[in-house]
Amino acid sequence: MPSSRRRRALFVLTALLLLAGLSLGAALLAGSVAVSPLELLAGFAGGESSLAAEVVLQLRLPRALSGFACGGLLALAGALMQVLLRNPLADPYVLGISGGAGVGALAAILLGLSGLGIDSFAFAGALGALMLVFGLAHGDGSWTQTRLLLTGVIVASGCGALVALMLSLAPESKLRGMLFWLMGDLSQSLSPWPTLGFLALALLLALPFARELNLLARSAESAQTLGVAVGRLRALVYFIAALATAAAVTSAGSIGFIGLVVPHLARLAIGNDQRLLLPAAVLAGGTLLMAADTLARTLIAPEQLPVGVLTALLGVPIFLFLLTRTGKYR
Amino acid sequence: MSALLLARALAVGIGAHEVCTHLDLELAAGETLVILGRNGAGKSTLLATLAGLRPPRAGALRLAGQGYAEHGPKAAARLRAWLGQQRGDPFATTVLETALTGRHPHLGRWQWEGPEDLRIARQALADVGLAGLEERAVQTLSGGERQRLAIATLLTQEAPLMLLDEPLTHLDLNHQIAVLELLARRAASGAGIISVLHDPGLAWRYADRVLLIYGDGDTDLGPADALLTPERLFRLYGHPLVRVAQNGRVAFIPE
Repeated sequence: MPSSRRRRALFVLTALLLLAGLSLGAALLAGSVAVSPLELLAGFAGGESSLAAEVVLQLRLPRALSGFACGGLLALAGALMQVLLRNPLADPYVLGISGGAGVGALAAILLGLSGLGIDSFAFAGALGALMLVFGLAHGDGSWTQTRLLLTGVIVASGCGALVALMLSLAPESKLRGMLFWLMGDLSQSLSPWPTLGFLALALLLALPFARELNLLARSAESAQTLGVAVGRLRALVYFIAALATAAAVTSAGSIGFIGLVVPHLARLAIGNDQRLLLPAAVLAGGTLLMAADTLARTLIAPEQLPVGVLTALLGVPIFLFLLTRTGKYR
Repeated sequence: MSALLLARALAVGIGAHEVCTHLDLELAAGETLVILGRNGAGKSTLLATLAGLRPPRAGALRLAGQGYAEHGPKAAARLRAWLGQQRGDPFATTVLETALTGRHPHLGRWQWEGPEDLRIARQALADVGLAGLEERAVQTLSGGERQRLAIATLLTQEAPLMLLDEPLTHLDLNHQIAVLELLARRAASGAGIISVLHDPGLAWRYADRVLLIYGDGDTDLGPADALLTPERLFRLYGHPLVRVAQNGRVAFIPE
C-alpha cells in the first residue's frame, strides 16, 4: 500500500481512538450528579468513595462500556454483512436476528422475567431466528445471496408480526418496558464485560480474514481463483456477524442504523480495505453509540430516551446525505 | 516436466446440456489454446471447470501434476489465474487497489503488500495502458478500461497458467491486438494460455491449437490452421463463412 495511504489510515485510526476517549470521558462526567474531572480521577485512583465516585463507577462506567461494546459489535456485523451480501444496504438485522431476539425478549417480559431472564430469552430468540434462516436458505445446498436475503426478510417480518401480537396482548404496565426494549435501550443492560468479550472475540476472529474479505467483496469467483476458500470463509464470517449481532441485541435491544451507517462512514474516511475498515468501524460504532446514549440520558433528564431513537434520528439524515453523493461513492 | 494442465476423459455439463463428454487436453508451458463456439455452447462452463471453480461430471483434471483439491486454494492460485466475464464492485475502490488484489496468493495472512508487489501491479497496469490512472475510482472507468484493469489484475497474479473468458470484451481494435500481443509475450516467456474468443481470425493468428465446442457434446481439438476451415466453422456457428487470406493473415467473413 502506498505510504501516503498508510499515513492517512494511521491518522484516521488515531483520531477515532481519541474520539472514543473523549466520548467515554463525556459519558462519565455528564448526568444529574455533577462530577468534575478531578473527582473522576480520584475515583479511579480508588481514594475516598464519594457519592460521585460511586455513581461513575457503578452506573455510568458500565453503561458507557456497554454502549461502546454494542456499537462496536453492530458496526462490525454491519460491515461484515455488507461484504458478504455484496450489498451496501445490508445491515446486521437483514437476516432476522433482531426480530428473533425481539420475540424472545418480549416473551420474557410478558412472562414477568427481568434482567438475565430477558437477556437469555433474547439470545435464544436471536439464535432461533438465525438457525431458521440458515436452515431454510440452505435448502438447495448453496447459500445464494438473494435466497439468504429473502429468507431473512421474510423471517424478520414474521417476527415483526409476533412482536405486534405480543404488544397488543400485553398489559398496560408492561408496554413501556417492551417498547423501550424494541427501540434499543442501554439502561437495562447488565455487566458490560460479556458484551465487550464478544466484541474482542468477533474482531479477533474476523481480522485474520480481512484481506480475503476484500476479495470476496469484489467477486466470489475471483476470490476463489485468487486462493480464498470461499465456502468456508462465508460460513465463518456469517457466523461471526450473527454472533456479534445476537450479543449486541441481547444487551441493548434493536438499536437501529449504527450497523448500517457506521461502516459507510468508516469507508468514507479510510477506504474499503477491510484490514483497516473493520477496526475503524468498531471504534466509530462504539464511540457513536456511547455518545448517543449520553445524550439519551441527559437531554430530557431526569427522563431517559431510548438510545435507539437517537441513533435513528441521527442516522437517517446522515445516510440520506451519503446516498445523495453517490457520484463518487456507492 | 509435467504439463501445466492435463484433462483426461473430461465430461462437463450444465443442467441437461452436455458441453463435452470425453475431452483429452494437455497444455504445455508456452502454449496458447483458444476455445471457440457459439453462445451457450458451454465455453465459460468448460473454462470454469478447468479453473477448478466447478467440478467436472467425470474425468480427471491435473494442474501441474496434482488435482485442485490436493493443491489447496492458495497454492492453486499461484499456479493458475482466471479472468471471468462478470465485472462489478459494489463498493468504491481504486485502480491500484484492484490490481494489487492479484498479489493475494503470494502474501502471508498478516502480510501487507510491499514495494515489490506495488512494482508488479504498476508494471501490469502500464502493460495494459492504464499507467497514470492508479488513483482513479474503478466506478468511473469505461467498460474497456475496466476490462483492461481485470487483465492487469490477472497479470499481477503471475500464475504460469492463465484462463481467460472473453478477454477482448469491450475492447476497441487496437486494445484487442495489444492484449493478444501481451498474452503472446507471456506465452513466449513460458506461460500457458487458454482463452475463449469469438473471432476465428484472431484465433488463427494467436493460437497454437483451437478447441471447437459444437454445443452438442462434440468437440474438436487440433492445430489452428488445420481446424479453422469454412466447413467446420459452418458447423460451429451455423452460418456460412468465407476464408480470406492476405499478407500472411487470415480472416473469416460471414456471408
